[in-house]
Amino acid sequence: MNLPGRKQRRQSMMNNKKLIVSHAPFYHNGSRISSASYNILGATLPAVLMGIYIYGVPALGVVALSVSSAMLWELLMNRLMKLPVTIGDGNAALIGMLFAMLVPATLPWWVVITGTFTAIVIGQQIYGGIGGNPFNPVIVALVILMVSWKDIFDFDTVLLNYDFDFATVYPLAALKHFGLSSVDSFTPGALLMGQQTGGLGSTFGLGIILGGIYLIFRGYIRWEISISFLGGVLVTAWLFQLANPAVYAGPVFHLLTGYTLIGAFFLATENSSSPVNFIPMLIYGAGGGIMTVLIRNIGIYVDGVFLAILLMNLINPLLDKIRPNALGKVV
Amino acid sequence: MIKRAFWGLMPPQIEYELLYATPVGPRSILPSKTVTLLLPGKYEQKDKLALYAGDRIQTGQKLRPYEDNDAYVISSVTGTVVAVAPFAGNFGQAFTSITIQVAEKEKIDGAFAAVCSDSVGNAVTDFLACVPGKPPLELLTRSQTPIHTLVICGMDADLMIATNQHIIKTQIDAVARGIKRLKNAYGIEKVIIAVPRDLVSGFGHVGADLIAVDTGYPSANHRMIMYKALKQVVPADKNCEDLGVCFFSAEAVASIGSAFEKGEIPVTKTITLIDKDMKKIMISARIGTPVSDILRACDVSVNERDRIIFGGPMTGTAVFSEDHPIGPDTDAIIVQDKKDVALVSDYPCVNCGECIRICPANIQVNMLVRFLEAGEYQTAADEYDLYSCIECGLCSLVCESKIPIFQYIRLAKYELARKKAAEAIDDE
Repeated sequence: MNLPGRKQRRQSMMNNKKLIVSHAPFYHNGSRISSASYNILGATLPAVLMGIYIYGVPALGVVALSVSSAMLWELLMNRLMKLPVTIGDGNAALIGMLFAMLVPATLPWWVVITGTFTAIVIGQQIYGGIGGNPFNPVIVALVILMVSWKDIFDFDTVLLNYDFDFATVYPLAALKHFGLSSVDSFTPGALLMGQQTGGLGSTFGLGIILGGIYLIFRGYIRWEISISFLGGVLVTAWLFQLANPAVYAGPVFHLLTGYTLIGAFFLATENSSSPVNFIPMLIYGAGGGIMTVLIRNIGIYVDGVFLAILLMNLINPLLDKIRPNALGKVV
Repeated sequence: MIKRAFWGLMPPQIEYELLYATPVGPRSILPSKTVTLLLPGKYEQKDKLALYAGDRIQTGQKLRPYEDNDAYVISSVTGTVVAVAPFAGNFGQAFTSITIQVAEKEKIDGAFAAVCSDSVGNAVTDFLACVPGKPPLELLTRSQTPIHTLVICGMDADLMIATNQHIIKTQIDAVARGIKRLKNAYGIEKVIIAVPRDLVSGFGHVGADLIAVDTGYPSANHRMIMYKALKQVVPADKNCEDLGVCFFSAEAVASIGSAFEKGEIPVTKTITLIDKDMKKIMISARIGTPVSDILRACDVSVNERDRIIFGGPMTGTAVFSEDHPIGPDTDAIIVQDKKDVALVSDYPCVNCGECIRICPANIQVNMLVRFLEAGEYQTAADEYDLYSCIECGLCSLVCESKIPIFQYIRLAKYELARKKAAEAIDDE
C-alpha cells in the first residue's frame, strides 16, 4: 500500500542535486606541508645568500644542483614506486637545500648528486617517504659521504684556492689539531658574521639565528628542541672549560663554529625524526647538544653535530614514550 | 573561517561565539508539503506495522509504528501518512522514516493533556522522548547507577551554534518549570546550569546551581565540563552517566517545561542556520521539515557539490540530500559553498606534533593515527588511549597532512563496538 509513496520518494531523490558528503570536522585551519617546507626554505636564504656571496659562483652551482637533483630523485622514486608525485610539497627541495648548506662550496658535481640520492632515496623514500624516515635524511647522506670520501670534507684542503680576508682554516679542525692557541684570532663577532670557513650555508651564524627565530615564532619548528640543543652545547662546553681552560675552548666558540647553529635550528628539528612531547623534546635537544661537545672535545671527529643528532634520532621513539597521561586514563 | 595564526608560538585557541545581546526571536518556518519523522530502530517487516499510508494523524499524536515495540515518535503536524520506509543513517544506524502529508487545518491531539496532570514521570517518559532538544530520558530511568546530578547545557558543545544560548536567554522560565518537573519526577538531587563564563548573571530564580564554562573550544564538551567545571575525571571506559551525571540541553528542559504549562507537546525546533557567508539566522521549524523548505524560506541557494551540514562545524554530519528532515537534535544547519569545502588527503603523518599540542585529552594522536591507519584498533585502544578521546575534532582541524584523524577515531570506536557486540552474541 505504501509503494507509491516510496516510489515517489526515490524519484525525488534521483532528481536531487549531488551534495558533497564527508565527515567532520568541516573546516581546516589551512596549514599545509608545502607551506612549512617553503617557509623553512625561506628561512635558510640569509645563510645561503651569504654563502654564495662569500664563495661565489661555485656555491651557487652546488645549491642549484643539490636542490634540483634532490627533486629529480624524488620524482624518479615516485614514478618507480607508482605513487602520486609529491615533489610539490617542497620537502625534496628543502632536503636538497639543507644538503647544500652543509657541504663545501667546491664539492664536485658527482658528490652532490650522490649525496642527494643518499638523502632522498636511502634517507627517506625507502622508509615510505615524508614522515617515515627514522633519521634526518640530510645527516644520513652527509655521514655516508664523509665515511666514504673523507678528503672531500676536509675544508682546509678543498677551500685552499680561496683568498679570504680572514684565516682560511676550519676553526674546529684547527682547535682539534693545533690546540686552543690556534683559534685565538677568531672573535665571536667575526664568527657570527661568517668570517670563517665551513659548509657553504653553515658559517653565517647571524643569518641562521634569524632564520631559526623566524621559524620558531611562526611555529614551523619546535623551540624546545632548538633551545635545549643550544643549551646542551653551551653548558657542556662551559663545564669543559671550567675543568681545563688551557685545553678546551669556551661555550661561545662551540656555539658559533662548525654545524652547531644549523644543527640546532634546521637539522635536529626535522619533524619525522624528532619527538613531539615536551619533556622528550628537551631531553632530545639537550642530549644532542651534550653529545656534540663530547665528540668535539674527547672524540676523534672534528665536529660532532651530525653523529650526535643521529644518535638522538635513534633513541627518539623511546624518548617519546615519556608522555602525559591521557584524560581519564585507567591505569 | 578557522585559519592558522600567523604567529605559531602559542597553541591555537578557538573561541565559542557568545550571545551578549538579547537575541531577536527565531523566524518561524512552516513545512510546505510533507514532513518526515525518523524513528530510531530497524525497519521491520510489513506485517508487524501498525501504521499505514493513508492513516490520518494529528499534531502531537504519538505514533508507534510497531505493535510489539514501545518506540515512538510524536507527529509534528496534522495530516495523512504517505509512506513508512527504512532509512539508513551514519555508521550503520537504522531508522524507520514516516512521511506525512501536511493538511491545511491543524488539530491538536489531546492524549498528552489527559495524562499530564496524573503522573509527571510517566507523562515525560511516554510522550516527551522526542521533543526539541531530544532529552536522553532513557538515562534517567535505567536501573544502573541512579542519576543524582542533572547538568543543563546553556551553550552548545560545538562552535558557531547559538541555539541553546538563545533558549536559555529567551525561555528561562520554561527551563525553570522543566527543572521543577524533572526534579519531582525522577528524584534528581542536584541541577546545574552550565553557561559561558561571561554570561553567568540573571539565573538566580531558576532553582539550580550555576557553573561557568570556559569560552575556549571544546570546554562545553560534556567530558570537559565534568573535568574542568565539576572537577571529576570520567574514566576513559565509562560515561558521564556512569558517575551519576546526566546532560540535558537547555532546549530539552525548556520543551518539557512548556509541555506541562500548555498541555501540548512542543514540536518546533529552534535552529541556527549558518549560510554561505557565515551569517547566522535563528529559525524555528517543525521537526521533520525537509531542509530544502528551510533553505528556500531563507533564500539560501544550494548548488551541485555544495555541502549541507546538520550540527556544528566540528562534529556535525553532512547530509546527502536536500530532502533530509530536521530532527529533534538538529541544533544547526550549515550550508557550505563548494569553494569552502575542505578536503582530506592521503598524505602520511609527518609527525609535526600540532595535534598533540591542541588535544584537550592529552592523547598521543601521532602514534594513535598510525595504528588506526593500519586498522589496529584494539592496540590503539589498549596502548594509545583511543577511548580517552572526547571527540572534539581539533586534531583533524589542525592536521598539516589533512589526515581525517577524527573519522579514523570514530570508525575505530564503531568497529570495536561492533566486534564487542558480535562477541557478546557468540557467548550467549
